[in-house]
Amino acid sequence: MAYQELDYFRFSELLNEEELMVRDQVRAFVDEKMMPGIAEHWEKGTFPTEIIPQMGKLGLLGVTIPEECGGAGMSSTIYGLVCQEIERCDSGIRSFVSVQTSLVMYPIFSYGSEEQKKYWLPKLSSGEAIGCFGLTEPDFGSNPGGMRTKCHQEGDEWVISGQKMWITNGTVADVSLVWARDNEGKIQGFLVEKGCEGFTAPEQMHKWSLRCSVTSELVLENVRVPEANRLPKVRGLKSALGCLTQARYGIAWGAVGAAQACFDEVLHYVKEREIFDKPLAAFQMTQDKLAWMATEITKAQLLAWRLGRMKDEGTMHSHQVSMAKRNNVKVALDIARECRTILGANGITLEYQTGRHVCNLETVLTYEGTHEIHALVIGEAVTGIPAYRS
Amino acid sequence: MKIITFVKRVPSTTTRVLIKDGNALDPTGVEFILNPYDEFAIEEAIQQKDKSGDGHILVMSFGSADSQKELRTALAMGADEALLLQNPDAPNADGATTARTLTAAVKAREFDLLLFGKQSVDKEQHGVGPAVATALGIPCITEVTKLDITDGTVRAEREVEGGREIIEAPLPCAITCQKGLNQPRFASLKGIMAAKRKTLDIVDTDMGTPLVEVLKMEMPPERPAGRILGEGVAAVPALITALREEAKVL
Ligand SMILES: Cc1cc2nc3c(=O)[nH]c(=O)nc-3n(C[C@H](O)[C@H](O)[C@H](O)COP(=O)(O)OP(=O)(O)OC[C@H]3O[C@@H](n4cnc5c(N)ncnc54)[C@H](O)[C@@H]3O)c2cc1C
Repeated sequence: MAYQELDYFRFSELLNEEELMVRDQVRAFVDEKMMPGIAEHWEKGTFPTEIIPQMGKLGLLGVTIPEECGGAGMSSTIYGLVCQEIERCDSGIRSFVSVQTSLVMYPIFSYGSEEQKKYWLPKLSSGEAIGCFGLTEPDFGSNPGGMRTKCHQEGDEWVISGQKMWITNGTVADVSLVWARDNEGKIQGFLVEKGCEGFTAPEQMHKWSLRCSVTSELVLENVRVPEANRLPKVRGLKSALGCLTQARYGIAWGAVGAAQACFDEVLHYVKEREIFDKPLAAFQMTQDKLAWMATEITKAQLLAWRLGRMKDEGTMHSHQVSMAKRNNVKVALDIARECRTILGANGITLEYQTGRHVCNLETVLTYEGTHEIHALVIGEAVTGIPAYRS
Repeated sequence: MKIITFVKRVPSTTTRVLIKDGNALDPTGVEFILNPYDEFAIEEAIQQKDKSGDGHILVMSFGSADSQKELRTALAMGADEALLLQNPDAPNADGATTARTLTAAVKAREFDLLLFGKQSVDKEQHGVGPAVATALGIPCITEVTKLDITDGTVRAEREVEGGREIIEAPLPCAITCQKGLNQPRFASLKGIMAAKRKTLDIVDTDMGTPLVEVLKMEMPPERPAGRILGEGVAAVPALITALREEAKVL
C-alpha cells in the first residue's frame, strides 16, 4: 500500500519548492530502495550496506555540509525532512545518517584542519568511508564529562587509552572520532583510522532494538595517532556536545517519520479489519486512539518545522532542541505502542512495521540525551537552576 | 540532438480528491507530483542526449505557476532548460487545447525529438503527444518501451496485444513513453541545487477558447454491499449466472 503522510494541518504548504522536491525524492527512494528488505535485515541484525553508496549518490550524507566540501549545501530544514523520510523506514538507518552527517562530518567540518576536511569529507559524503562517534563509556552515559579515556602527547604523536561503549557504526567505521581527556583535563577529539595498532571495535550483539544498526565497543590500548589526526579547533566537552545538538535536531524530525509510518499502517488496517461485524475503524475507542495520534503527529511535526526555521535563521538554542527531541521521540514511542495494540497479534510480527518501530524507538528515547536528561535541560532553561546533581 | 520533453503537474494518485463547483478538482490540501509517465520521458531524454554525445534538453509545461516545482524536478534530474507556458486555468484545459498551446511553442524552436508521457494520470486522455505531432506534421510513435536512435532514424518497440511491434521513423519524431522504457533516476540533492541555477522561463500564455467543456464531475457511486449466493461448490452455478447476467463480465 503506497504511503500517505498524514497532513492534517496542510503542513506541506509550509515547505518551499526545494524542500518539497527533496522530500518527495527521498520519499520515493525510501519506498523503492529501503523498504523492501528492511524487515529481513532487522530480523537478521544486519545493516543494509548496499544502500550506503546509493544514499551517497543521492546526497543524503552531509546534507548541510557546503558543496565545496562534498556535501549538498542545503538547509537544516531539508536535513530534517531527509531524517523524517528515512526514519519512516527504520530508526537504524536514520541513525547511520545522523552519525555520518552530524557526528562525523559536522565535527570534521567545524573543528577539523583543512587537510582533515579535504581528505575525509568527500569520502564520507559519497559513502566510500563510514564514520563513528565515540563519546559514551561503560560508566559514563548521561555524564560524558566524567570520561576515563585518556590521551597524552609524546613528541609529534598522541597516545590514547580507554574504552567506549554503544558506538553506532563502530565495527564498520573507517574513521572513529574518539573523545579523550588529556593530562590537563581538557577533552580532545581524535580521528582514529581503522586498523590502527591497539585499536579494536567488537560488535555488541543480542540487541532487540535498532537491530539494523551496528553498535560497538571501541577498545583503545595505547593507540598512537599523529598530531595531524587531532581536531585542532575542539574546545573541550562543549565541542562534543555541539555535535550532539546537530544530531538531536535531526532526531526530532526522524521521530515524526517513525510515528507517521505506524499511523499510516494502522489507518489502512482499521478500515480492512472487521470485528464484531464492522470495521475496527468504526468503533469509538479506535477513533479516540486515532484522533490522539493524529493530533500528536501534527503537533510534533510543527515543532520540528519551527525548530528547523530557527536553526536556518541561526537563532535556535540547544534547550529548544531538547524540547523537540524529548517530545517527539516520546510521542512517537507512545504512538507506536498504541498502534501495536490496534494491530492485535499481527502487531507482534515483522510482517507489520509497527512492532519494529516500537523496539527501535526505545533506543531513540535513550540515546542522544535520555528523556530525563532533556527534562533537566528544559527545567534549567525555564528556572535557571541546573538540577543534574542532587 | 535537440530534445523537447513535456511534463505536467498532476495530483498524487494516493491523494483523496474532492470536487469543487461540481466540475473541477478542489486543489486544497492535495499533493501534486510530476506525472509518473513524464518521468520516463525525462529519463529517456537524458539517456538519448548522453548517447548522442551532445545535445540539449528543453523541458516544457503548460500549467499554472505551481508547475515550476515539476519543471525544477526535471531540471534536477538532468534537463538543461525549462519553459513554463503559464496560465492559471491550464490545469482544467482539455487535451486538444493543451496540444494547441504546446504546438505553438514547439514551432518557434528547433528540435529533433519530442518526448511525452503516454498519458497524464489525472485526465487519462492519452491525446496530447499524438495531437502535437499531428499538428506539426511529424511521425508519432505511442506507448514506446524501447527506443534506439541511429543516424537520424528512430527504431521503437511497443507492446501490442499478445506481442511486440517494431516501428521505424525518421527524425524529427514524437514519442510517447510507456512504463518499461527505462528506470527513471532520482533527482539528487546536488541536482536539486544545480537546478536552481538553470534557466526556467515563464511566459504568460493565452489558451484561447477551450474546445470542450467539463459539465460535471462525480465521485464514483458507493459500492453496493456484497451478496452471498450459497456455499462451496453448490454455489458455483448461481455465481456463474450472476456474473454472466447481472455483472455481464463472462
Ligand atoms: C543503540 C545505541 C546506539 C548508541 N550510539 C552511540 C554513539 O554512536 N555514540 C555515543 O557516544 N553513544 C551512543 N549511545 C549511548 C547513549 O548516548 C547512552 O546510552 C545515553 O547517553 C545514556 O547513557 P547510559 O546508557 O549510560 O544511561 P545512564 O546515564 O546510566 O542513565 C540511566 C538512567 O538514569 C537516568 N539519569 C541519568 N542521570 C540522571 C539525572 N541527573 N537525573 C535523573 N535521571 C538521570 C537516565 O535518564 C536513564 O533513565 C548509543 C546507545 C544505544 C542504545
